[in-house]
Amino acid sequence: MAETHGSQQTPHRPPVDRRTIVRLLAIGVVAAAIGVVLGLLIPWFPTAAAKQAHTIDTLYYVLIICTVPIFVLVTTVVLFSAWRWRMRPGEERFDGPPIHGSTQLEVIWTALPSVMIAALVVYAAIVLGDIGAKQPNELNIGVTGQQFEWTFSYPAYHDADGKPIVSYQLYMPVNRPVDFAIRSVDVIHTFWVPAFRIQQDAVPGITTGFRATPDRVGSYPIICNQLCGYGHSTMRTTLHIVSPAAFKTWLAEHGYSGAAQTTSVHRAPATGARSTEVADTSGWTTYAPLGGVQTKTKEGTQ
Amino acid sequence: MIARLRAPGLHRGILSIPLGIGFAYAIVLPIRAASHYHPILDGTAILQVALISAPFAFLIGLGAFDYWFYWAAGRPTRPEDHSGHGARTWKDYFRINTDHKVIGVQYVVHSFVYFLIGGLFAMLMRVQLAQPGGKFVDANTFNGLFSVHATLLIFLFVIPVFAGLANFVLPLMIGAPDMAFPRLNALSFWLLPIAGLMILGSFFAPGGSFASGWTAYAPLSTTAPIGQVFFTLGVQFAGASSIATALNFLVTIITMRAPGMSFFRMPLLVWANFSTSLLVVIATPFIAASQFLVLLDRGLGFNFFSAGSGGDVLMYQHVFWFYSHPAVYIMMLPGFGIISEIIAVKARKPIFGYRMMAFSLLAIVILGFTVWAHHMFTSGMPGWLRDPMMITTAIIAVPTGVKIFSWLATLWRGVIHMDTPMLWALGFITMFTLGGISGVMLAMVPFDLHVSKTYFIVAHIHYVLFGGSVFTIFAGVYYWFPKMTGRMCDERLGKWHFWTTLIFFNITFAPMHLIGIQGMPRRVADYSSQFATWNLIISIASWGLGLSTLIFVYNMIVSWRGGPRAVANPWRGLTLEWLVSSPPPIFNFDSLPTVVGGPYEYGVPGAVHAVFRDGAEVTQPAGARTMVTQE
Repeated sequence: MAETHGSQQTPHRPPVDRRTIVRLLAIGVVAAAIGVVLGLLIPWFPTAAAKQAHTIDTLYYVLIICTVPIFVLVTTVVLFSAWRWRMRPGEERFDGPPIHGSTQLEVIWTALPSVMIAALVVYAAIVLGDIGAKQPNELNIGVTGQQFEWTFSYPAYHDADGKPIVSYQLYMPVNRPVDFAIRSVDVIHTFWVPAFRIQQDAVPGITTGFRATPDRVGSYPIICNQLCGYGHSTMRTTLHIVSPAAFKTWLAEHGYSGAAQTTSVHRAPATGARSTEVADTSGWTTYAPLGGVQTKTKEGTQ
Repeated sequence: MIARLRAPGLHRGILSIPLGIGFAYAIVLPIRAASHYHPILDGTAILQVALISAPFAFLIGLGAFDYWFYWAAGRPTRPEDHSGHGARTWKDYFRINTDHKVIGVQYVVHSFVYFLIGGLFAMLMRVQLAQPGGKFVDANTFNGLFSVHATLLIFLFVIPVFAGLANFVLPLMIGAPDMAFPRLNALSFWLLPIAGLMILGSFFAPGGSFASGWTAYAPLSTTAPIGQVFFTLGVQFAGASSIATALNFLVTIITMRAPGMSFFRMPLLVWANFSTSLLVVIATPFIAASQFLVLLDRGLGFNFFSAGSGGDVLMYQHVFWFYSHPAVYIMMLPGFGIISEIIAVKARKPIFGYRMMAFSLLAIVILGFTVWAHHMFTSGMPGWLRDPMMITTAIIAVPTGVKIFSWLATLWRGVIHMDTPMLWALGFITMFTLGGISGVMLAMVPFDLHVSKTYFIVAHIHYVLFGGSVFTIFAGVYYWFPKMTGRMCDERLGKWHFWTTLIFFNITFAPMHLIGIQGMPRRVADYSSQFATWNLIISIASWGLGLSTLIFVYNMIVSWRGGPRAVANPWRGLTLEWLVSSPPPIFNFDSLPTVVGGPYEYGVPGAVHAVFRDGAEVTQPAGARTMVTQE
């Protein structure tokens, strides 16, 4: 039917010659390169303070390198078409050549993005596995969200009464992997540490969590990132990553009695009901039982 | 006088509202008395029932159910004399009207009213956010502003305005005299003002408007003040409207195509609305369910989402997103259809890869149901769900990419008319590509773990819904304005509107990517001072963006009142809506058209899409004078 007319060529819109294509490609490549360089130069992220953050930042820069050229390609073709084939005076009644499609092209622009996306997904899945992997010598910290403040508990460290040490600011020793157990007592909150590049919802009724290994001493914001009511924007606190010695001092100031640890670490934290989680093989929401054996034995050496 | 009040219409509808409220008292008081509840007169309980009964009383008074009531009661139904069809004066737009063209205009104009209101709310939000520590509104009002902003623009603007444009154009495009169910069509429209007024009315509720975001996550929504119920029920009316319209489109497309209009001769706008309607019919009941569950939790203490009583908090999100992810395609696929129409006509070329364009729509429909939990990567759902949802989310970029590349190929070697509809279409392609790219980034779980719920998300959804959907809506309105009103728009104002919107849109939303990654959460009334500079720039640009819309409003009003008369086919389009007068005759076609070819055969010498039965050929076959014949 109509396809039989497809071979007719129109003199006013001849096929693009090879030189123009090469030039267009060159412009596209240069523009894409500029776009990618800009994308890499922009100071996107806040200071990173965890091993996981560096991995996630790298993933983002790979995403920039892969996706910015696509945007540049599309924009270049649109601008080129608008410039080259804009209707000029006298062409008001003309039509373009009746090209109905090209199986070859359609296969290419289905297959190429598929390959790129498959590669990115595999890469992201590996990163996801890595940042959630269980580490030796993990410190367990309980995080409890409540309108409109955060409470942190240290089930491995108890005061003289045998209760876990509790704080409204989060203190962590540098370079010691941490496994957070996150809960909420009212509505949903989100425990977000931008310096870690990780957030996790605090959901009433269940315990969630994530892992992070702080690797830079300093103070960083902790932000509630889920709308939780009128005080949501004020639900913030501070993370302090300190040296192991400073952490010990801080613990002592908060009533930590070193002797109590071996007898009490097996207790469930005061804020939640979780003691031994169901083993989950996905590697992400799995937690060692709070106050697990590993934690206990390493604790004495610190 | 009495006869006028008894006749169906706005008077009777408004007078019926007190009856509906009275009905709420009549139901609630005896039940509370019988159950020994105290106090017997409880405003909250009555309000929740009245919010259901008053709208139905209004619809009954308006006459939306008159025909069905007469029929059900065995009384003689009024003979269909077509008195309820078509518009002769402006008053005909304010009553139950069964003409799809009148309903289409009702939809579009009504939706744009809410576009302006919703946009104004955004501008007020930006006043609050212009500086850290803003004192323009308190935190609760601010939470209400962004909640109502999103709800209005999703449920009262983007979804219905597409339904409105399709309502007008789609029956014409397939050669049908009207939609399959004209009375249902009228009812669908009149559900919308109810939803809109209810959502706006929440600001007058004790405790303020609903303030839990348009997502209304439980248990924040189940424990919020009564304003939340205005959302819970308002969304039901908008959703019912949406479902009824989708059924109407499906039946119309399947059963009412003109002779010769095979599925693969349908314009892509028809394909797009076919796909959208499939999504709506399957998905929208899920948001209805989620809100009914919230209503039962609140009103009757069902504890579906109350963790301490055996409820499951995360279940709300699964049910909600099982609708609300497909909803983003409900808000995008009709726009894809509009762009396909405009690109083909304005580049004077057949759409590149027509069948792939149709199949990619269907692929998006199917894939669209498999990605909902990507909104929940940080929610605490089972960890194993993350990988499959990442894979499906990434895959859905492929059919979307096919569409973008096919549009580019359609432009290639075309004779491109750079007028207002085309500018919007080209603006859409570039802006939507950016939104799609940030979507692929967000699909990557580790990156999403950082930027989920930040301003990066705000930037992404506005590139998709504003740079995407709204750009296609403007393109469609400028493109079909001559057909809908019989007048031409002012081209110069249209171009001004495009360029100001494009520039301010980018200054407003592009920096949000950056401040999101740097750590600014969304939905906050106050923020860290490190983001002050960017927020000031964004606030100023957002006012520019808002004011640029005034150019559009002025253009529409002035052109509708006194623009030059439009000819039947000002763009030399081939599809059927251009073969009838502007505006079309009251029953669309004087004689039924017979479709003899594809819809986009531009450049094919002598190609025609349709002929009329008496054998008379279409007056302006666009492909009759190709360049080759000019030689």
